[in-house]
This record gives sequence, C-alpha cells and structure tokens, in this order.
Amino acid sequence: MKETEKLSFKEGLKDGIPIGLGYLSVSFSFGISAVSKGLSWLAATIISMTNLTSAGQVAGLTIISAAGTLLEMALAQLIINMRYSLMSLSLSQRLDSSFTLPHRFLASFGITDEIFAAASGKGRDITPAYMYGLISLPFVCWSLGTLLGGIAGSIMPDMLRNSLGIAIYGMFIAIFIPPARKSVGVLVTVAIAAGLSCCFRFIPVFEHLSSGFAVIICTLAASTAAALLFPRKEADAE
Amino acid sequence: MTTAQLAAYIGVMAGVTYLVRMLPIVIFRKKIKSRFVTDFLYYVPYAVLGAMTIPAVLFSTGSIISAAAGLIAAVLLAFKDKGLLAVAAAACIAAFAAEVIMRFVLQ
Repeated sequence: MKETEKLSFKEGLKDGIPIGLGYLSVSFSFGISAVSKGLSWLAATIISMTNLTSAGQVAGLTIISAAGTLLEMALAQLIINMRYSLMSLSLSQRLDSSFTLPHRFLASFGITDEIFAAASGKGRDITPAYMYGLISLPFVCWSLGTLLGGIAGSIMPDMLRNSLGIAIYGMFIAIFIPPARKSVGVLVTVAIAAGLSCCFRFIPVFEHLSSGFAVIICTLAASTAAALLFPRKEADAE
Repeated sequence: MTTAQLAAYIGVMAGVTYLVRMLPIVIFRKKIKSRFVTDFLYYVPYAVLGAMTIPAVLFSTGSIISAAAGLIAAVLLAFKDKGLLAVAAAACIAAFAAEVIMRFVLQ
C-alpha cells in the first residue's frame, strides 16, 4: 500500500466529529449526575478523562456514592467494560504495520463503542495517526462536557437539570434498540438483562445487593444464555 | 469521603478500564477460537446496556412520568435508527416538556 493511501490524522479527526457531538451531550448529563451524587466537578472531570466510557462511569458513580468496596468497583468495571477486550482484539487484527507496541499501549486507551465502530468500518488498515485523530475530538468533548455539566448543573433550574439526566440513557437506548430489532439473540439478551435488573431493583429480598453486582449478574446471565441459545453464524462472527 | 478514598475509587476504575482495552491489543495476535466465548462477548454490551437502562431510566429525571415520556421518545427514535445525539436529545426534550406540563399546566 502506498504511503499516500494510508489513513491520516485528519481523516480520523473528521470521523470523530459526530462522535464528539454525541459525547458532549451525554457527558454533560454525566457531569450533572456526578455532582448531584456529591462529587466535585473536578472529580467528575478526572473520572471522564481517565475512563472515557459511559456505562462504566455511570456504574462507578453508583458504587462511589453507595460507598461500595474497591473489589466491587474492579469487578463491575471488568464485567461492564469487558466488551472493549473484544473490540481491542478485533482491532488488533486490522492494524497497519506502523502500529508498534508503544502506539498500541497509547491508542488502546481510546477504544470506545463508537470509536471502535468508526475504525472498523474503514475497510483499510488502521494507522496510529488515524486512531489518534479519531480519538481526539471524542476525548476532548467527553471531558469538556463533564466539566460543563458539573459546573453548570448546579446553577441550572431543577427542571432543566432533571430532564438532562435522561440523556445518557437515551444514548444507551440508541445503541441497543437498532441491533435488537435485527437480531433475536440481541433482543433476548436485552430482555433477560432488563428483566433481571428489574427483579433486583424491586424484589425486597435483593435490597442488599448493590447495583454494581446487580449489573454484573445480569450481564453474565443474559450473555451466557444468549450465547448458548442463539449462537451466531460464522459469517456474523467478525 | 476523603480525597484518598475517592482517588482509590478513580484509580481502580481507570486502571481496570485501561487494562481491558490495552491487554488484548498488546498480547493477542491470533483470533479467539471458541465460538462460545466470541458469542458471549458479542452479547455483553447489549446485556450491560439493558441492565443499566431498565429500570434506572425511570428514575433519571424529576418524576417517573417525565422519565416515561423521555423513554417513549427515545424508543420511538431509536426504532427509526436515529443517531445517538438525536435519541438522547429527544429523550431530554420529551422529559422537559412533561416536567413543564406537570408543573405549569396541571397544577
């Protein structure tokens, strides 16, 4: 492949624009949520800058505000973010030869659902420059949105702040509904996980189960059931 | 909570999250062979999102009613394959509209 055909930093930046815009609103909601749970805007921003993930941060926030254990935190992050391992693994198969070990250490920090989706949709070998370009805007927007939400959230009228709290769930819904319509396996996974999650939330017996572990149990049970009941065809496995 | 405790939480969060992203791309050079493992990993994100969204979304705004309005708007737009931004914005607007109606119109 010629040098000129390689994916550039600029092309990565461009692909990162829509992702960044989406992250801005969602992280704003995370910032509000974190401050409403007693964290400072600085702590919220540090969490976003060091984690760069939505579901894991929301779960982490819940564990912090409930004063959960560090083991619970580690397990929750491991299970919730385990999907990144699959994405990381998948990306490792399509990296350009210029992707040396130091680049792998650095660029892997920025693997998120949307960044992975954009990178794997390129159909060409991924260069370090492209990955850094792709990660830049979403990273800045995710951090900045959290900062703004954390600061502005406290001076916003209640009604407005309350309404923005649902943004992050809106993003989750936008991620899982389209594939759930196309795949029975995904639909059943979501249904089992949501059903169990409701059981843990509303059945009094489970009131001492922390929400971090509840997510772990729901995830393991639903994914295992779906993998056993709805194994995917070879062609879908990529 | 002390600053040290908070730092420990954030350190564990960030450390584990980085490791799960970094290790496979650094260590693994071959594809996973086990179909069960790859299928399981494929379903994990949807299970996480389903469990984290339901029923928590209903308690994410000022009231269950405004949250339900936001949820319905989000589901409708997601069904039409709208992007993350559109769906999240629609959920907020619907929830806000419901809050306004409840506060100023019904009372």
